[in-house]
Amino acid sequence: MTFLPKPKFRHPAIETNELGLTHRDYEGSISTLCAGCGHDSISSAIMHACYELNLPPHRIAKLSGIGCSSKTPTYFLGNAHGFNSVHGRMPSVLTGANVANRELIYLGVSGDGDSASIGFGQFAHSIRRGVNMVYIVANNGVYGLTKGQFSATADKGAKLKKGAVNSDSPIDLVAMALQLGATFVARSFSGDKGQLVPLIKAAIEHRGPAFIDCISPCVAFNNHEGSTKSFDYVREHNEAVNALDFVTERAPITTSYAPGDMQVVRLHDGTFIRLRKVGADYDVHDRIAAMNYISTREASGEVVTGLIYLEDHPEDMHDHLDTVSTPLNRLGDAELVPGQAALDKINAGLR
Amino acid sequence: MKPERFDPADYFHKVVDCQWACPAHTPVPEYIRLIAAGRYADAYMINWESNVFPGILGRTCDRPCEPACRRGRVEKEPVAICRLKRVAADFKDDVRPRMPAKSEFKNGKRVACIGAGPASLTVARDLAPLGYEVVVFDAEPKAGGMVRTQIPKFRLPEEVIDEEVGYVFDLGVEFRHGHRVESMSAFLAHDWDAVFVGTGAPRGRDLEAPGRKEAAAHIHLGIDWLANVAFGHVTKISKRVIVLGGGNTAMDCCRSARRLGGEDVKVVVRSGFEEMKASPWEKEDAMHEGIPILNYMVPKEFRHVGGKLTGVLFEKVRAEYDAKGRRSLVPSGEPDEFLECDEVLVAVGQENAFPWIERGIGIEFDKWDMPVVDQETMASTLPHVFFGGDSAFGPKNIIWAVAHGHAAAVSIDRMCHGLDPSVRPHPGYSLISQKMGIHEWSYDNAISAQQRLKVPLVENRKALGDIKLEVELGFDVVRAFEEAQRCLNCDVQTIFTEKLCIECDACVDICPMDCITFTADGPEGDLRARLNAPANNVEQALYTSDALKTGRIMAKDEDVCLHCGLCAERCPTGAWDMQKFNVKLPRAGASCRSTA
Repeated sequence: MTFLPKPKFRHPAIETNELGLTHRDYEGSISTLCAGCGHDSISSAIMHACYELNLPPHRIAKLSGIGCSSKTPTYFLGNAHGFNSVHGRMPSVLTGANVANRELIYLGVSGDGDSASIGFGQFAHSIRRGVNMVYIVANNGVYGLTKGQFSATADKGAKLKKGAVNSDSPIDLVAMALQLGATFVARSFSGDKGQLVPLIKAAIEHRGPAFIDCISPCVAFNNHEGSTKSFDYVREHNEAVNALDFVTERAPITTSYAPGDMQVVRLHDGTFIRLRKVGADYDVHDRIAAMNYISTREASGEVVTGLIYLEDHPEDMHDHLDTVSTPLNRLGDAELVPGQAALDKINAGLR
Repeated sequence: MKPERFDPADYFHKVVDCQWACPAHTPVPEYIRLIAAGRYADAYMINWESNVFPGILGRTCDRPCEPACRRGRVEKEPVAICRLKRVAADFKDDVRPRMPAKSEFKNGKRVACIGAGPASLTVARDLAPLGYEVVVFDAEPKAGGMVRTQIPKFRLPEEVIDEEVGYVFDLGVEFRHGHRVESMSAFLAHDWDAVFVGTGAPRGRDLEAPGRKEAAAHIHLGIDWLANVAFGHVTKISKRVIVLGGGNTAMDCCRSARRLGGEDVKVVVRSGFEEMKASPWEKEDAMHEGIPILNYMVPKEFRHVGGKLTGVLFEKVRAEYDAKGRRSLVPSGEPDEFLECDEVLVAVGQENAFPWIERGIGIEFDKWDMPVVDQETMASTLPHVFFGGDSAFGPKNIIWAVAHGHAAAVSIDRMCHGLDPSVRPHPGYSLISQKMGIHEWSYDNAISAQQRLKVPLVENRKALGDIKLEVELGFDVVRAFEEAQRCLNCDVQTIFTEKLCIECDACVDICPMDCITFTADGPEGDLRARLNAPANNVEQALYTSDALKTGRIMAKDEDVCLHCGLCAERCPTGAWDMQKFNVKLPRAGASCRSTA
């Protein structure tokens, strides 16, 4: 943990985005996590994604639960809305906030403990409801705040620092998200910002439940030999299904890639992502095939990363519930409290 | 892009911009930290070892360190290094017990220094403690050279000169004052083991124009006039004075004139205001005292009535630049301007003069009638005769004179030990970790947001009434601390160890200046274009590693690094460490005689 505030000086030739902000304007207070924590890299990737997308920080809401991961919203987007909820309850609070004001961008930041253990049910239901959000799990396979016991995402056979071996089956959050109907599913690695930043940008632009499982080595308790969530292990076993370029220009793309090597995907707001296929013939639009693929690869010890699944025509909770398009805070008393006559009409309809 | 031969002594020395820019390579950040800690005498001694005259230089140095200061690239203005040096001199305790003792041992070698200015005194200071018998000759009654004769007392009080010149003579150096060397060949007959010439650039350049001879009684050469003021021969001047010239001597002239009765004092320069040779702060000080500086005016005629000066006629010019960027001054077409005045001070340059060195005794002179001197050894073509200060390469400044003195002392010491003076030992260095705890460093790594502080001045009314009253009050201890905290501690270097790095990106994420990038290796030009922040200042090096586990390298642009140590604080494996760099430059004595 660093005690000094980060100096205010910035590079004299620092670039600004369309809003006139530098990437440093997307910072929060200085991190109190352990030096080298993967979570800090995820925070940095979020800041860069928001900077590059020209997002005004005050139009973003960042929500989290409890854990090392859930401390991180303090360390980025100091001018965004924030809510640090009870352990594992971030998805419910986020859902509620989204119901009330659908115009903000919702970033749910959670960890493997917060989402795969105490908040497993919450995680599942927010995904299956189709809440429009970016749900990022900083996944390190251990409980860092309580000194490194195995979490529910630790692989069977993985070793703790002192040699204890995990005998329980792991929860694969990517597989869960696919099964539960997330319309954007990705896995990445905190040590690879080249992959992570475009994924976060695409997830923010995606309208629907976007889930990113980000492997984030715990340098204090889970970065040793025998760990399957260490920098070395992930780098050795990382199998990226595609490389992704996020294209901000809202015009069709002409590229020099050979047909078949590249896939252009249009997002709801007219932006594009460009996927370069790596290795296997992988189709991001086939959910069943994706589930098969990751099960097969993971059985042979690979860590599949990249954009794993993308639904081209996602729906979100507001579509299902047919809610009013205006955020509730902009509706007047007359709309919010329609009166006895309106209630009577509803009651009559239910008789 | 790892250079084939990475020389740590040079590489890390260059990162300490101020120290690298200082001709005497004074370890600036080190003494600034001591000032912040209130250890003024320690700070003074570090200066004394490097530059011999901390109190004098703390008031008069041309400060090449300040334009180089990294703070100036990060924020608006550099650290006030020069005036902090004065703080060390002002607040120190008695430093005499810390000075080297008079050498009991005599090595039997005799060295003469001609001229008692800063260059000669540096040679004497470096050699006397080693057992040399050093004799300094000067025509004036007191030592100091131009420091004493040309710098006005309101900028540099006499006591400061006496004190620091005194430390040199306390080492057992003999001073033959009032002794002008009239003939070099006769002088060399005395069998000196080495002779050092530090006679400065003693002749003021004159300005030929109609009326110059007729009105001679009212037209003075700047440096001669300043010397006369310094020795009290001149105590007043007329009310209306014009100073011709745009260098620091012109600034000293006009400000002295203001104090000796000049009420309407003007500086008139040929060139534009921006191109004047005077340091910006000296121009500011002059203007602060109500002295206008008029530019693009070339003196054409001294007008007089029967030998009594009435004024100067000027031609108006403008600057024109040719394709190569060379400037010429061409008439602007405006009518000439006549400025009335009673006296003129001519400060348009200084020249060297060696009428006392006979030609043909082995000391070669070039086509500009300057001695042929080796840039590194300071040796003339006569092997045991050395030159330094303004007499070597023309007018420079005090800190260069000191640097020349050190270099000549090394040459003399090597020569007197039978070693070749042209072989110069490579500097040594040390790098010592400053880590004191998990996030504790032995230096103050918090970055102060304080802007440069101004040195308080005596109010004009009082200052202009007394030519001996020092006009700058200097920093008090509170201001000195605030200013010292602006220093970025560039000597505390960011040291990277490849084999410890796990490429977690923590350093990249935390760096406030975006200095660090992990990327594919490549040639320097290509690499500079691919970094996280533009690395356009090619004067500043890229610090690069060998290939890491992922095949990438670490590349750090040194340009605007704050040396805040956050990269090292956020590094989980200690791959980054903050280490204090200390360069050990060879000086006269054992260190210059080993070539290991």
